[in-house]
Amino acid sequence: MTEDSTAAATATTAIETEEQDTTTTPLAAAPSELRIEHEQRQQKQREEIHALNKETLHHLLYQMVLIRRFEEKAAEAYTLGKIGGFCHLYIGQEAVAVGSISALRPDDYVITSYRDHGHAIAKGIPADEVMAELYGRAGGCSAGKGGSMHLFDRDVNYLGGHGIVGGQIPLGTGVAFASKYQGTDRATLCYFGEAAVNQGAFHESLNMAQLWKLPCVYICENNQYGMGTSLQRAMSLQNVSEKACAYDVASEFVDGMDVLAVRAATERAVARARQESLPTLLEIRTYRFMGHSMSDPGNYRTRSEIEKFQERDPIKLFRENLKTQNMLTDEENASIEARVKDEVERSAQFADSSPEPAPEELFAHVYANPIVNSEQ
Amino acid sequence: MAVITIREALNQAMREEMRRDENVFLMGEEVAAYQGAYKVSKGLLEEFGEKRVIDSPITELGFAGLGVGAAMVGLRPVIEFMTFNFSILATDQIINSAAKMLYMSGGQYKVPIVFRGPGGSAYQVSSQHSQALESWFAHFPGVKVVMPATAADAKGLLKSAIRDDDPVIFIEQERMYGSKGEVPDEADFTIPLGVADVKREGTDATIVARSLMVPIALKAAEELEQQGISCEVVDPRTIRPLDIETIINSVKKTNRVVIAEESHPFCGVGAEISAQIMERAFDYLDAPVKRLSGVDAPMPYARNLEKLALPDVARMVAAVREVSYLD
Repeated sequence: MTEDSTAAATATTAIETEEQDTTTTPLAAAPSELRIEHEQRQQKQREEIHALNKETLHHLLYQMVLIRRFEEKAAEAYTLGKIGGFCHLYIGQEAVAVGSISALRPDDYVITSYRDHGHAIAKGIPADEVMAELYGRAGGCSAGKGGSMHLFDRDVNYLGGHGIVGGQIPLGTGVAFASKYQGTDRATLCYFGEAAVNQGAFHESLNMAQLWKLPCVYICENNQYGMGTSLQRAMSLQNVSEKACAYDVASEFVDGMDVLAVRAATERAVARARQESLPTLLEIRTYRFMGHSMSDPGNYRTRSEIEKFQERDPIKLFRENLKTQNMLTDEENASIEARVKDEVERSAQFADSSPEPAPEELFAHVYANPIVNSEQ
Repeated sequence: MAVITIREALNQAMREEMRRDENVFLMGEEVAAYQGAYKVSKGLLEEFGEKRVIDSPITELGFAGLGVGAAMVGLRPVIEFMTFNFSILATDQIINSAAKMLYMSGGQYKVPIVFRGPGGSAYQVSSQHSQALESWFAHFPGVKVVMPATAADAKGLLKSAIRDDDPVIFIEQERMYGSKGEVPDEADFTIPLGVADVKREGTDATIVARSLMVPIALKAAEELEQQGISCEVVDPRTIRPLDIETIINSVKKTNRVVIAEESHPFCGVGAEISAQIMERAFDYLDAPVKRLSGVDAPMPYARNLEKLALPDVARMVAAVREVSYLD
């Protein structure tokens, strides 16, 4: 990417800031404004659809629907007591993981926070293994020792789910450092929520990434709430993408309800990483339709606010646009739904039938090189 | 055997391991152009270049985490803290990321990384720059904690730490960088982690000492020898995993034990060793285990107070005499 495109990205950012001054948030704008903005964005997606082939488009839809139905199944399993602990669902944010990861090669890396089911599935961890991990079973992708917040799969270069807000940002920076050190052109996508932007880890990482020219794409999934605290109550300057200028990092603001916009922005950032070994900060504005976790009653936001964002459900919008552009028939849509249903059902069956980890697993993998002459 | 300082021994260890494995790199504050705040990395930039010897901004959480991420995908970072006091800013990455990564990924992502630098007491730098943090790190399964007390141990253990596939906390003693000792000349001299060393053999009492306490214990043992008391000095060298067998065997021989440490006593490594001795060798003890720790107060600046805050030869002699029921 050239500096011009960075400037253009910054200009976009400035417009968003102005909007933000007159409304609560860009996407939580007054309904009429939202409709105008929404219609413009819809038109853009309809145009972009024709740049991709049908197979790719259907794959994107399939993955988003798979994540949606997987999460619904996980919620059901949680209420049945099959899943324990914290369980942070990705419903509403599917376009972010699916769109961005679709811009990657298999050998590129992904690292994210504890809201990690969607990224795991999009990066290629079989749904069976993700569900088995949520169930705490030996067949899980982390052998039942990580759970919902710590999904890992070395085979697909998925470096985890991390539980401390912002903790994965320096880690992703280090993965990108290694790619450069090793002389590869692999890119790293490092995801975090907007609340993590208030952590020092974010600022320390962006500074190092630009200082050392590291091929890391920082993706802030701005779902506008850090648990129950709104962005407005937690961040003095609420425009996340604008913060990149403090570190001379290229940035873009992206509509996270538009899977194709997310994909295109990520492609630009990944090209910058591969070709110029430079970082990018993408602020992808999205919204989670469920609570922070399964135990969240959600009293901090109104039903009408949630419904307003559900009108821009990324799956619904994409499906409608595919249909109007003659890229999806009702039969094809039904087939996708049926295949997803089958895959999700099988994942739950796999998880149910997978054994619990053996007791000796308690002490396995504490050390890679255990020392035998001592008690530990 | 060559006689060199601990500083030189550590430098040799890093140099040899960087020659041996190109995945090893050194990162930290002032490690490159400045040659290290304590000159431990002297000459490494010249030999290995800016790619592998990297001056970091003052951003401990950031570069510690960067190191962990790089280690997950195949590099072997040596992360230097200018002092371990500053590692406190990085503890999230050490404890939540490095220590747990292998485990919570079901064995998929190992983290071969060394966090090293000076720790323990320094000279007249007051509370924030003069403290011993080993019990913090040693508390957590998943990390190894190493504290060398001689030039040979420093070299051999650091080489092993860099080759190890687990995160290693390697705490050098700030006052001891200039201490000299013999180091074997052999090309690939290493000392395995997790093995204690009997620094002096004796029959009447055991002093378990680590880091700065080792030379003090050896001096105390000399004085006690004059008084007819034969002391054995055991240096665990690796705090976690702890070679408790060597300590227990010594206690079974001498039946009396003093545990010396710079750190505060509360929840300290000495408390852990004491508990394990009680659990494993209670019937062999002829006196209660005695801990001789740094005082339970922050380190003061004033020279006279600073001396009072740390165990010294006189107090170690007195402690051994106490467990020997001689005073």
